[in-house]
This record gives sequence, structure tokens and C-alpha cells, in this order.
Amino acid sequence: MVTPPKGDYTSIPINAEAKKVADAWDSPKDIIAGDQCKAYGAPGLMRLPTRLRISWQDDTTLKVETDAGTQTRLLHFGEWKPPAGGPTRQGNTTAEWEMRQGRRGAPQPPPEQRFGNLKAVTTGLMAGYLRKNGVPFSEKTTLTEYWDLLRQPTGEQWIVITTVVEDPTYLTRTWITSLNFKKEANASKWDPSACEAS
Amino acid sequence: MKFTVLTVLAMLVSAPVFAQGQVEAAAAATRGQVIDLAGSWANRLHEDWVERAPGPHIGDYSGLPINDEARAYADLYQVSMQNMPERQCILYTSQYIVMGPQNLRIEPEVDPISGAIVALHMTGTVDRAPHTVWMDGRAHPSKNAPHSPGGFSTGVWQGGTVVAQTTHLKAGLVWRNGVPHSDQATITEFYARHGDMLTITMILNDPIYYEEPFIRNATFELDPQTRVLPEPCEPQVEIPRAPGVVPHYLPGENPYLSEFAETFNLPLEAVRGGAATTYPEYGKKLRSTYKPPAKCTVYCCGGTGLTVPNTNNAACREGDAPPPTP
Repeated sequence: MVTPPKGDYTSIPINAEAKKVADAWDSPKDIIAGDQCKAYGAPGLMRLPTRLRISWQDDTTLKVETDAGTQTRLLHFGEWKPPAGGPTRQGNTTAEWEMRQGRRGAPQPPPEQRFGNLKAVTTGLMAGYLRKNGVPFSEKTTLTEYWDLLRQPTGEQWIVITTVVEDPTYLTRTWITSLNFKKEANASKWDPSACEAS
Repeated sequence: MKFTVLTVLAMLVSAPVFAQGQVEAAAAATRGQVIDLAGSWANRLHEDWVERAPGPHIGDYSGLPINDEARAYADLYQVSMQNMPERQCILYTSQYIVMGPQNLRIEPEVDPISGAIVALHMTGTVDRAPHTVWMDGRAHPSKNAPHSPGGFSTGVWQGGTVVAQTTHLKAGLVWRNGVPHSDQATITEFYARHGDMLTITMILNDPIYYEEPFIRNATFELDPQTRVLPEPCEPQVEIPRAPGVVPHYLPGENPYLSEFAETFNLPLEAVRGGAATTYPEYGKKLRSTYKPPAKCTVYCCGGTGLTVPNTNNAACREGDAPPPTP
């Protein structure tokens, strides 16, 4: 909910180089450099206190917006190719549905009874922060996400995202976390705000 | 006598028929799933390390949608209560799978004839109750049936995800700083495997202590080398006490309730929990006045591998041995 103190790296498998970078975190410097959004790149963004708005931009592009930092992620299905150019804050995301296949010999269930999840892989990211207090990720980062839509018997719906961050520059191993979002009845609480550096 | 004999005979005849029906139901359910949840799953603690490894700070109820009753209960808690010999082997309830530091082992019980998965048996390391999710379509027992730490769980497959309902839980702790759940609590559980990762989501519904359902996830990695032993609990005297002494605080007498808020410069109301404090708009309200401490002083490197945890001195050294796998 709030930015952790400088030097709080709890739970993130960082290496010594990442510690040096995090120890040098200086949010006023980020503001002067116009880098208030460094914690709002895809690997850090989804862990911020935010709401999501999810819609189809076109037949093959799923748009995921956050009100925290007013960011937009685009998840591309099919044969999409990343555009030329340098890294971006939200990177390039390819997505696919991972549908469960029936056992060999078993009849394929009708579409409404098929289950699966969304898998999204993001590369081409600008360097940024995994945590708002300056714990870094590099441009070599790959973010892999598995999105599961869960339904309670009471009818409540949740999205749970299992997230894997790989960064050969700053992490000693993959960083694995999971997030949850509850579906709301309407968008009345959607409240876009600008990036905050601290 | 005749009635008794007939009754017993009827039971002998009907029981196998009933069991056969359950196995058929399990076989039908198994046919649609192709995900194997069996194996040893390692808890990596890449989030919530403080809450799940050393344990949360006394008085830290942040992020928990609890009500005043739960707060009042937790405020009386003294952690040394747990080392009383008669309390050492009170097992954590099934909710602890996603709230504790332990690894997890899942063993399916398979019907040898049909291949149906009849049940998923889950065990963890010491202090957590064995948890069985019945997959054979059986009904939950009467509401008057005994409660246990593991509860009574039935599950169904939704594609590759197991969705389970747990009832008949004993009252227990959600966090190791005294935050409770009641014996009226139920849990909806989701077990979703992605490659060698297993994400377990538990949604706790508790009409006694919670204002809203409480959701928590934990992601485990398949790791055949991980340590998962169903260690027996053997109580022993850890702190000598006079007979009848139960460590506790009377209402209003716990001196540590504000310690967490003071350490992190947070207003006391923010760490007292409640549904309203779990939504993003509460964060915005907090950030308008919040000034973080100049530097981290507690558990700063926990779970990173940079230093030995639990030192409380923020000396995140390089080259120390990584913390032991819980």
C-alpha cells in the first residue's frame, strides 16, 4: 500500500549488484530525470495497489489498463511480431490460451465446458523497479504470467496471476509470486492517477 | 434382534454399492483431467516472507479484512502461549498451507481398478494438519459432525484446476500473531498447476471474525529434493512455568500493539486491518501523509539469500549462507 523503506529487499532473490543499485535509490533524482514511472513497468506494476480494466482492443489484442500510474499493457495473440525499436515501459507481450486437452481417447468437451488459462510472456522492457523502493530489474528481464480465472460457488470471480520474473542481471534465480484481483460489479471505483516516484 | 440382524445385513449389502457409486463418480471426473498434482512441492517464500517465515509483528493486522472481534482476540495473544506443552501440538488448520512456511506433499489416492483419483492427500512439515480433499463426490457430513484442524474437503476438477470446499474446521490461527479464524469458517481452495509451479489460492469465509472473504495465494515449485516429513509432534517443556499459568495479555494491557506501526511510521488504524484497508483507495489516503522511515531496520534481507535472516539489524551482507529451506 505504501513504499517500503530504502533497503527493504525482503522476499526478492536479488544479487549483490541489485543491492548496490537499490541502496543508491533516490526518488527525487528519478523525478528530476522524468522517471517517476520506473516502478510501473510490467514486472512491478501488477504488484502495486491498482485496479485493472480488461477489454479487447481488437480480435487479437487484449488490453489491460491499470489506474495506478494510468498504464496500458497490450497482450498480443496469434502471429504478432514485436515492433522495431528500443525497449518500452510495458515491453512486448505475446499471449496464448493454454486449454486443457482431454485424455487420449476421451471425447472433447463442448467449448463452454473447456477450461484453461492465459499465458503471457513479456520482453523488450525498459529497466525499472520491481519494488517502488528501487529494487531493480534490467532490460534483459523476461516476465512470464499465467492468468487463471477462478469462480467461487457464491459467484464471486477472481483473477489469480502466477508471475515469474527472470533477470540474469539482478536476480539469483527466478522470482515467483502470485497476485489476485476480485471482479467488481462496476467501474465506479476506477480512479486513474499519475505515476508517483515514492 | 431380527431387526438388528436385518439392519446390519442391509448395511453390508448397501455399503459396497454406495462405495462403487463414489468410485464411478471419481472415475468420471478423472477422465476429464490430465494434470498430475502428485509430488513434493517447495515453498519458495518469494512473497510474504516476514509473515510466513519468522512470523508477523505483534499487532500487525494489515491487509486482513478482520472485524473488531478478531482484533480483540488477537490483541490478547502472547506468542509464548504456543510453547506450553499442552498447546505445542495443536495443529495449524488447512488455511496454513498458504499462510505458513512449509513445503507440501500431495499424494493422490487412486482406485486400482478404475484409475480414478478418489482423494488428494496433502501433508506438510511439522505442525500442520494432514489435509484430504475427497474427489469421489461424497457429501459433507452433518453440521453437527466433529471438526478437525484439517477440516472436511471435497473437490472437483475444473479443467486442470482442482476446486475444493472445506468445512468442519476447528478454530485456528490465520497468522502467528494471534489473528484467528473461527470454527464456522469455510475455505474455497483452488489448485492450479503451470509447468513445475503450483499456485494454491484459498478464500476464507468466516462469519465470526471477517468482514469480507479473505483471499491468499502461495506458489510452490515441484522439487523432489525438498524436505517434506510428516514429523510427529512431541511436546516438551520449553519454558518452566508454575502450574496453571497461561501466557496472555488482558484487554488493554498488551504493550506491543503499536510497535509495528511505529517502526514503519504508519498510523495505528492502518495496521489494525479491516476490509476497507485492503483496497487501493486506502493506499491513496495513506500515501498523502506517509513518510517512510529513512531506511529499513527489520528483516530487510529476509528471503533474499544475501544474509542470515532474523538479525533485525539490516546488515545485508554478501556471501553469507542462504537461509535454510523452511
